[in-house]
Amino acid sequence: MAVASAPLRILIGKVGLDGHDRGVKLIARALRDAGMEVVYTGLHQTPEQVVNTAIQENVDAIGLSILSGAHKTLFRRVLELLNEQDAEDIALFGGGIIPDEDVAALTADGVKALFRPGAPVQEIVTFVKGLKPHG
Amino acid sequence: MQERKPRFTSLSGFDTNLVYTHDDLKDWSPDEELGAPGQFPYTRGVYPTMYRGRLWTMRQFAGFGSAEDTNRRFKYLLQHGQNGLSVAFDMPTLMGIDADSLLAHGEIGRCGVAISSLDDMERLFEDIPLDQVTTSMTINGPAAVIFAMYLAVAEKRGIRLERLNGTLQNDILKEYIAQKEWLFPPEPSLRLITDTIAYCSEHVPKWHPVSISGYHIREAGSTAIQELAFTLYNGLTYVEAAVKAGLPVDRFAPQLSFFFNAHNDFFEEIAKFRAARRLWAREMTRRYRPGDPRSVQLRCHAQTAGCSLTAQQPMNNVVRTTIQALAAVLGGAQSLHTNSMDETLALPTEDAVKLALRTQQIIAQESEVTNSVDPLGGSYYVETLTNRLEEAAQDYFHRLDDMGGMIRAIERGFPQREILDASQRYLRESERKERIIVGVNEYVEPVERPIPIFKIGQDVEQEQVARLSDLRKCRDSFKMAGTVEALQEAASCGENVMPYLIDAVKAKATLGEICMALKEVLGTYREPVVL
Repeated sequence: MAVASAPLRILIGKVGLDGHDRGVKLIARALRDAGMEVVYTGLHQTPEQVVNTAIQENVDAIGLSILSGAHKTLFRRVLELLNEQDAEDIALFGGGIIPDEDVAALTADGVKALFRPGAPVQEIVTFVKGLKPHG
Repeated sequence: MQERKPRFTSLSGFDTNLVYTHDDLKDWSPDEELGAPGQFPYTRGVYPTMYRGRLWTMRQFAGFGSAEDTNRRFKYLLQHGQNGLSVAFDMPTLMGIDADSLLAHGEIGRCGVAISSLDDMERLFEDIPLDQVTTSMTINGPAAVIFAMYLAVAEKRGIRLERLNGTLQNDILKEYIAQKEWLFPPEPSLRLITDTIAYCSEHVPKWHPVSISGYHIREAGSTAIQELAFTLYNGLTYVEAAVKAGLPVDRFAPQLSFFFNAHNDFFEEIAKFRAARRLWAREMTRRYRPGDPRSVQLRCHAQTAGCSLTAQQPMNNVVRTTIQALAAVLGGAQSLHTNSMDETLALPTEDAVKLALRTQQIIAQESEVTNSVDPLGGSYYVETLTNRLEEAAQDYFHRLDDMGGMIRAIERGFPQREILDASQRYLRESERKERIIVGVNEYVEPVERPIPIFKIGQDVEQEQVARLSDLRKCRDSFKMAGTVEALQEAASCGENVMPYLIDAVKAKATLGEICMALKEVLGTYREPVVL
């Protein structure tokens, strides 16, 4: 008998200081409606808090929203911490006000995808559904 | 003939008729609902001559990098015909955190200018005559501290405070509701706001101590109705707090100002500005019976809707912004910011921001829409929309009254949930293509042509940290600590903190040090998570 695969667990949150949470909440709702388990961290998380929560909550992926322009520093720090904790199999994706050049640089560093204003939510849901469970 | 859609609705969800006629305004009396321009209930505008007397202030929100970087951008804007300044601060400044805090890492100078001390503030306004420009400062949690720095700069230059003219956003309620940049819990925050209101009424009479803002509520996904209702209700909450603190309403109400979004639904937006003026005049009159007519006049700044812009086909944003700006002008705004086309990708380039400013200048100088006051007054459709918006906002007022006021409503997550639900409704409508977004769910281009992007120097962070470290070495730290202690004392016994803040910033206490000291007295806040 086939075993039904467990739903993906996704950490969704805001890292850094900005409080613009319209997008992140809509994504959290959309992923939940698509059958995923969503852990929502709320606002003003540090990269350390995000990675610790991700490991404790045993999530398959982390989705972060940053609209303050601090994306390069913060996404890179999260990747670094995931590496340090041997948790690089937790996929990292995100969204925000991010120019093309930075999208290219961050995806080269290992961020799986970055979405910008106007990105269709369905595209984001499809992307997350396609992620592999970790571990 | 078959119509294109089964239902036509406004962006707020009102059903829209095929045509509006006299029947829609049967009990409507122009004397009662409109009045003359500059007269109660101010539906047609707060001034008798409106733009024939004076055009709106063209005020582009700007800030990035260091104080010098932003000072250069200010001068560029003034040189191209802008007539008011508007400061965008970076996230650490907005959150009352110094540049050398770990929490500030990566955020310094990114989405606004980094200001940690009086020295930074002095450099920000170098060579700008503070008694000749009007300055708007978008800051909320630490607003009183930043305002103290501005006043201290003026004092150092020998400019009398009564000559200063400008606006402090200082609207904390909408932070808990929408923008989420707070430092202290709601009640002590309200007290700080009352302090700035009282201080201005006595010492800086031309200054607007609060800009009661619907902009961020709308950007968070609200409808025009919610923007109107929550904003005016917040305004009434500030008035009530100041009156309770013993200030006569006519001493401060004329200095309150408002800030609205100018979104896509052209006629609904125009009606929103008109309804806001009428509703404010009526509510203020009913609740406080002020003697000075200026106490019930709603003056406002407007900004086009950032959340309506798309990263796809960014040039289209110029057109969206133009339509929105026109709505703000036909709605009778006193000042206006037009967004730049590249702001879904980064802060704007000089060329993009100049184009945005030119958009306003073209509306002002070429379209001739400024010749007649409230040109859409009397339109069956616009008057019907104005009436419906006013009624719908009043419904929210009743619900908020029943909950025991805005702070109680925020603690219950009520406005937050209403806005989130509205934003999800809009999302569903666009996913079902009931709302078309050009370049996003229709007329999509598979390959996008890149546009020039503004880049902020990488050295800002190090420079700012180094400067702060120098400041800490050079100041008289004994004197500084004394002023901070006096401030804490004043805050804990409910004295007006403004004079103490001015002393502290002059003694070179940093923004972060002052905010930390205030948190020790006033406490911190964690929001109820609404999802």
